[in-house]
Formats: sequence, C-alpha cells, structure tokens
Amino acid sequence: MSGLALNSVTKQFGPFTAVDEVQLSVPHGTFVCLLGPSGCGKTTLLNIISGLLHPSDGRIEFDGVDVTNLPTQARNIAQVFQFPVVYDTMSVYDNLAFPLRNRHVPEDQVKQRVNEILDMIDLQPMARKQAQGLTADQKQKISLGRGLVRSDVNAILFDEPLTVIDPHVKWVLRSQLKRLHRQSGFTMVYVTHDQTEALTFADKVVVMYDGQIVQIGTPAELFERPSHTFVGYFIGSPGMNVMPAKVSGATAIVGDQIIALSGAPKLGNQAKIELGIRPEFVRLGREGMPVAVSKVEDIGRQKIVRARFCDQPLSIVISENAEVPTDPKITFDPAGIGIFADSWRVGLEG
Amino acid sequence: MMEKTWNNRAWFMVIPVLLLVAFSAVIPLMTVVNYSVQDTFGNNEFFWAGTDWFTEILSSDRFWNALARNLIFSMIILAIEVPLGILIALNMPKKGLGVPVCLVLMALPLLIPWNVVGTIWQVFGRVDIGLLGYTLNAMGIDYNLTQDPVDAWITVIAMDVWHWTSLVVLLCYAGLVSIPDAYYQAAKIDGASRLSVFRYIQLPKMKRVLLIAVLLRFMDSFMIYTEPFVVTGGGPGNSTTFLSIDLVKMAVGQFDLGPAAAMSIIYFLIILLMSWVFYTVMTVSDAKSQ
Repeated sequence: MSGLALNSVTKQFGPFTAVDEVQLSVPHGTFVCLLGPSGCGKTTLLNIISGLLHPSDGRIEFDGVDVTNLPTQARNIAQVFQFPVVYDTMSVYDNLAFPLRNRHVPEDQVKQRVNEILDMIDLQPMARKQAQGLTADQKQKISLGRGLVRSDVNAILFDEPLTVIDPHVKWVLRSQLKRLHRQSGFTMVYVTHDQTEALTFADKVVVMYDGQIVQIGTPAELFERPSHTFVGYFIGSPGMNVMPAKVSGATAIVGDQIIALSGAPKLGNQAKIELGIRPEFVRLGREGMPVAVSKVEDIGRQKIVRARFCDQPLSIVISENAEVPTDPKITFDPAGIGIFADSWRVGLEG
Repeated sequence: MMEKTWNNRAWFMVIPVLLLVAFSAVIPLMTVVNYSVQDTFGNNEFFWAGTDWFTEILSSDRFWNALARNLIFSMIILAIEVPLGILIALNMPKKGLGVPVCLVLMALPLLIPWNVVGTIWQVFGRVDIGLLGYTLNAMGIDYNLTQDPVDAWITVIAMDVWHWTSLVVLLCYAGLVSIPDAYYQAAKIDGASRLSVFRYIQLPKMKRVLLIAVLLRFMDSFMIYTEPFVVTGGGPGNSTTFLSIDLVKMAVGQFDLGPAAAMSIIYFLIILLMSWVFYTVMTVSDAKSQ
C-alpha cells in the first residue's frame, strides 16, 4: 500500500502504556490529524513514526517497506516540534537550507527551494538575519519552513506547531499550510489538542484517548456518529450529553422518561449503558419531557441552555432568536441519539 | 510646590560599605602604590623615587622572561584544558546513576587545597619514591623534574590540567544539559552529522559558559603560584619562575619592596587589561547576536 501504515504499534514506558496496539493507515497525500487531550499518546505516536522513539511492539511501514528498525535519518521524514527549534548562529536562509545541505542537494536547487519557502512563510526580508534575535513567531515559522523545505519526504509530521503562535498569525499559517498541502501533495500528520484546528484542516481525524485510537473519521462523521462517548464529549462545543439509560426494545429509559429510538440497539451483556445526544439534537419547546433550566449563555449566533433533566446535566443549543418557554419541555431527535455500551457506540437494528 | 527636604543623615548609612572597601581594597592597594614610587631603608623613612622602579622593572630581562613564561604557560593551559574539558563534558552521561558519580569525580580535584595538590605532584614526580617519576625511569624514560626544565614544565602543566580541567568540564556540562531534547531531535530529522550537532547546537549553547571558563582559567593560570612553588620552587634555574613566584622572591626573599611594588602594579594592570578585553569581547559578541 502506498502511504504510511502502523501495525499494532505499542509503546511502553516502564509499566505505563503510552500507545496501545495502534492500527492506522495514512494513504499517500492525505492530511491526517491526531486529536486528543494532553497525555493521550499522540506525540509519542508521532515520535514513533519519525523514529525518535522505538516502539515496544508492532511495525511501521512506508509505502509497504518495513522501517521499524530504521533510524530517523534513514526514514526521510520531516518533523516540526511544538516549541521552535532554530540554529541560533545561522541566518534564516541557512536554517532553511540546513536539511538540504546535509543531504548534499546542489546549491542552485537549495537556493530555489529555500526562496520558495521564504516567500511562503513571509520571511524573505529577513533571509540574511541571524536567527537568534527573532521573535517566537518567526522562529516557529523557520521551524515550519525547515519541515517543508525538502521536496522528497515520505511524510511531514507536525507536533502542535502553532501553540506558540499569536492567534491572528495562527489563522494565516493554517490556511497557508492547507494550501501547501493541496499544492505539494505531501502526506501530513498533524498532532493537536485543538478540535477547531483538527476539524478545519484534516481530510481525516484520528481521535486518541488513553493510548488508543477511539475513532477515525471525517469531521462530519465524528460529529454525527461518535463511536465512543469520549469522542462525543471531546468534539463539539459544548460536548455531547451523556446520561445513564436502560434499553428495552426500541426505547430507552432515562430516569422516569421513556425515549423512542429509531431502532433496537444490538446489545450484549455490557455493564454500563448510556444514552448520548448532542446539544444540537435536543429540541426545546412546550411539549415533551420536563426539564429545569438553570442558565442561558448567549455565545453570539447561538444560545447554550444549561439545564437539568432527570437529575442529569443537559446542554441544549438553540438559535439566537429562540426564547426559553416558561414551562420548558424537551424532545430528542431520534436520529441524533446514540446508545453507548461500556462507552462504545452500539449499532441499531432496523 | 513642595519644599525639598535636605537630610544628609542618609550618608551615615554608606559609611560601613566605604570602610569595608577602604580597608579591604583601597588602602592596601594605595600602600603598594606608595611603595612603588618611593624608596625606603626601613625606620619608616621614605625617599621619592618617581618612576624609577617601574623603569627598572620594565627594562629588566628578569621581568619580561617571567611574563613570557607566564603567557606561554597560560596559553598551553587553555589550549589543553578547554578542548579536553569540552570533550569530557560531551561524553558525560546526561541521566541515570552515572551523573552523580561523574559529577563527584569531577569535583574532587577542585576540593583539594592548592598546596596539597602541589605536594601530591611533588611526591608523585620524585624519581626515588614517586609513582610517576620512578615508573617513567624504570621504563627507561629519562625523567627528572628537578634537573630538566622540560620535565618540570610537563609536570607543572600536567598538574594544572589534573587540577583545573574539572572546572571547564563542569561549566560546559551545565551548558550542555540546558539544551532541550527537541534540538537533538530536530537535528536528527534534519540529517545533521555529529559534527554539525556540535558546531550548530552544542557549541553555540555552550558559548557563554565557555567564555567564562576561558576567562577564569586564564586569570587563574596567569596568577598561578602555590602549585609550581611547591613542586619546583620555580626551578630548575628560573625555568618555572612565573610572575607571582618572581614577585614573592623579590618582595620576601630580597626585600626589594620598591621594585616588588612596581611589579605588583604592572602585574595587576596586565590582569585588569586582559579581563577587560575578555569582558568586552564577550559583551560585544553577545550584543551582536541579539
């Protein structure tokens, strides 16, 4: 297969399992985001791909070739780190030329390539300046540029590279990166804990939790059909409402309320059954199940209603013009309801 | 408008500092200046000598030879200790049990009193009972630090390297461990060679501490007295008579207070000048890179 493939990759640090049996394939030319909270193993996974870390178990393949035991230098991969790394004593130009010169690229090609990158990252006027005196923004642009400068890499890996960048510059760099991906067709793996970043960027988002991949999908899939309560909670703002439930046939029972489902969930004998529904699929009106509204937050184009439903916290998203009735009732859109057994989504029959 | 209050009592607060500086620095230094421009035969009788002593010192071969020996010694010391210190620091472990072991081993020579270091090496180098001297002679190498100037120099240099390389090592090591891992990782990604990593990452990060190390080692080796005095006593002949040893011979041995005072001042000015040059180079190169 062309592209990047991870085959049950595991990494342990002593008794701690940072990456657990990860299975992932990234087709050539795709932009994949690894999304997850701090400490979920996404950076570790990235470092395993680049060869900075050696997996405890499993295989890594580039275009069908096993590279598990190859050192970083031999993998032909570029990586951009969270904090800017620049070679202080070199000029901006030499910083960008460094990865090329180390690989004995002819100087005229180096010049052409570096100038392209300098234009892209807007540092052309500073090309001759020593890297040491630059701001953090500019230094990180150099790091980004060094990652992009080689035209023959197998993949470019990004480890939350925009953390130190000012918000307004962030947007510019994001769109530049997106454009660059379209132009160059590089395979890119981008680690972030920022869902906006992941959802705007990626062809495919890989959500990680506790060292495991919990879902791989397009941004829309992650939103509409989260396969794990964590994905539901982590993606979306506010996250998915999750409440303990009992299931009987094609109905779910939460507290003393009976909720119709679009089908009967295929349940085994799991211990914990939960009902999940995104705040966008809860309708607030004068009919349905009673709910106690505790707070309404106006976030501009929408309002978030914080309420309690059967002693569970519940968030509801309504449009900015909608009013909260005096005796509020809610209904759940059956299409938006997911049933989760032991945190994993279960399919419905019929 | 508020009336400005005048209260000069605050000046009393600075008196302790003024006294301290006066007694610890200004008065002793002025005494030396005093001696350097006058002649005395004791009994607190002084005669104005003007710049005579300075002329005498600056035109004496004895002074220039000692100065030359001292400069050569300092240059050799720097040429050996700085690269050796960097090399050792680069190869010291960065984590694990090896770190405290190495640090303690490195710090040991620095903890030994200087005259004890001299005594150790004096005994070590003796041809009759010293491990070094005896072994070398037993191996057929003609070594005698009390007779051969070259042997004496080699011994004094080896002793200084043994005693002070640790300082360079510890300073460089401090510089090295402050480099974040990401730099080494980026270098791997960029395909940098071991030499490039040293040239573009480690050396620039060590630059500041290295300049301090060079400054300290230069000043200390330029003022060296105790160790060679114990090992060779400045001999054989005058071959290891450095400025400070010469100064003590003149002041204490011959009681030539005037020339000794003049020499002290010249010696002091040389060190001051060198330190100023070093400091300027350091700050200028720092300012340039900002």
